[in-house]
Amino acid sequence: MSHKLTDGGQVMHVGTLSRVEGEGAMHIEYSGGRATKVELRIYEPPRFYEAFLRGRAWTEPPDITARICGICPVAYQMSSCGAIEDACGVTVPEAIGLMRRLLYCGEWIESHALHIFLLHAPDFLGYDGAIEMAADHPTVVERGLRLKKAGNDLMDLVGGRSVHPINVRIGGFYKMPSVAELRRIRPVLERARDEAIETVRLVAGFDFPEMEQPYEYLSLRPAAGYPIESGSVVTTAGKAFAVQDFTAHIQEQHVEWSNALHATLDGESPYVVGPLARYTLNFDRLSPIAQDIAREVGLGTTCRNPFRSIIVRAVELVYAYDEAIRIIDGWRDGVAPAVPVPPRAGEGFGASEAPRGVLFHRYVLDPAGIITDAQIVPPTSQNQPSIEADLRTMVQTWSDLDDHALSHRCEHAIRNYDPCISCATHFLDLTVKRS
Amino acid sequence: MTIAYDHHLTRPKLAVWKFASCDGCQLTLLNCEDELIPLAGEVQIAYFPEATRSVVEGPYDVSLVEGSVTTPEEMERIQRIREMSRRLITIGACATSGGIQALRNFGDIAEFRSIVYAHPEYLSTLSRSTPISAHVSVDFELRGCPINKHQLLEVLAAAIQGRAPRIPSYSVCVECKHRGTVCVAVANGTPCLGPVTQAGCGALCPAFDRGCYGCFGPQDTPNTSSLADRLLSLGMRQGEVLRIYRTFNAASEPFRRESERHEKVWPPTTSDDEPGMS
Repeated sequence: MSHKLTDGGQVMHVGTLSRVEGEGAMHIEYSGGRATKVELRIYEPPRFYEAFLRGRAWTEPPDITARICGICPVAYQMSSCGAIEDACGVTVPEAIGLMRRLLYCGEWIESHALHIFLLHAPDFLGYDGAIEMAADHPTVVERGLRLKKAGNDLMDLVGGRSVHPINVRIGGFYKMPSVAELRRIRPVLERARDEAIETVRLVAGFDFPEMEQPYEYLSLRPAAGYPIESGSVVTTAGKAFAVQDFTAHIQEQHVEWSNALHATLDGESPYVVGPLARYTLNFDRLSPIAQDIAREVGLGTTCRNPFRSIIVRAVELVYAYDEAIRIIDGWRDGVAPAVPVPPRAGEGFGASEAPRGVLFHRYVLDPAGIITDAQIVPPTSQNQPSIEADLRTMVQTWSDLDDHALSHRCEHAIRNYDPCISCATHFLDLTVKRS
Repeated sequence: MTIAYDHHLTRPKLAVWKFASCDGCQLTLLNCEDELIPLAGEVQIAYFPEATRSVVEGPYDVSLVEGSVTTPEEMERIQRIREMSRRLITIGACATSGGIQALRNFGDIAEFRSIVYAHPEYLSTLSRSTPISAHVSVDFELRGCPINKHQLLEVLAAAIQGRAPRIPSYSVCVECKHRGTVCVAVANGTPCLGPVTQAGCGALCPAFDRGCYGCFGPQDTPNTSSLADRLLSLGMRQGEVLRIYRTFNAASEPFRRESERHEKVWPPTTSDDEPGMS
């Protein structure tokens, strides 16, 4: 992390944003306490997934698109399965959907525990990173690692491994875990759920800057349950549309300072996806244990302060363990691991809730199942304009801070989103100019 | 893990660098939940932006490099990293063979840019994705998409102890035998890249009733064309054989040669009409 200030303190620049996934920087110019230019610069090199998916078989997107992100590969696997199955006119049985949800719970646990304890908590407790934090707060860091490990263990069991799971295929899985195997991991998840409840209490005690986001929130909402592996789209402005209509509402623009495309919702920007949006739009769908702990710490049924996203993630962590335990308790052996998905010509749409927000996939197939067009809209490119808007607000509110403190707080504001830069590229250097 | 380094004198400095990649291999270091804190006692985590804001200046005793080289800036950056690293170890398929993004090496980069981006002129991208070894000397290449965490810990321990890492270069088949997994190709006729793929994953896919798909890249002496014939006899189409060799290690020499051989007999724009392995 470098802080470079030009003469007269006109420019603040953070060349490599730390504790985020991928490569980005921040550039801010301001005069008289007013931000004149705020850019979240994503210099993570493009990898052209949407281009080389053309010519691949309909069976391949789960393995190929998983490689977009090592932290949320399951999100890519689930959104791509949903889109291909939609194109082929196949709906998987409920049990396969439940096993997908169980694997996805593992990813939410791993990703949220990583972000809460290793990436975000050091901002609140005043450390450069979790390893430095471990010297003074060993029990906190050790708990974080235990909670994260429980998620990875669940992914290992259902997916084969936690980074780029191998057990996911179009139509379901290669092999279903047995009731006996699932029961063996249950005590680990049960203990972790208790520790996650303690985590909500811990993070709710942090100091939070005041901030209220006026933006529209967007998330999925399934027929039942909290949105994870599927659902249709809802927003805080009362919009509701099917995943098939996603591209009619969400447009992506290519801006010069970023290798990530910026998204707009019905021509408007910014809008927000992720934990705050999911929670605000779906509080009623959380399990009683998750609702109770949210109430106990005074979170309310909506949350619009991005700094408090750490509490929402912790509540979602409680929910993810709780939901995983529910699925395990209801599981019966004898479910076929997959259903056949024969190819056909057509267009398919899929969306799921990555830990960072809605991840949309669209594919066009020829009659033999060869992909002729692919489109992927990751959560971070949807959140990029709102991250910039937050920074603009904060630079104005905190213009009396010195550059070091301001830069640190801006980085914190970016980390509120748990941005996934590798995903979005197709992220950050902080530069602040003062005059 | 045991690291016999005398850390009372000076802890070796570890740096973790990222090029074009998904972050999954460096995440593997953070996924060493039981070993991370003890490891941080044995080595000084001097540069690891995914984990910490603090930066300790180089030179570094061990640099782990993730990702492939895909931009002109990255070509220069890897030179500077090599200069300040005593040992440079690449982690994962991107850094070792160019990764999935090396699929551009087989296509038209200008077309790729315009498919994904409305303003290709804003981008600065090389026409090929290349491994780190194409640019600087590399002390050890750790395979895998993603790498295996036990292998990562072994490579780190070896680097700190100044010995060669014990990383086998034999095939996935050997791991299936160790594990007692019945051969999915022989018993079930499932197309499997295990015979030509380097071990390291623990023969994961066959244990899940799935054929190996080659994410650890070619083993020492791969007979890729003999296996291709076998895959065809198991019912795969030419296009599928081309594609199975052309994924996360597409630009590794043996896999590249084999996929191009199938391109000659089967142009990639032709469709297959039957589901095969994925």
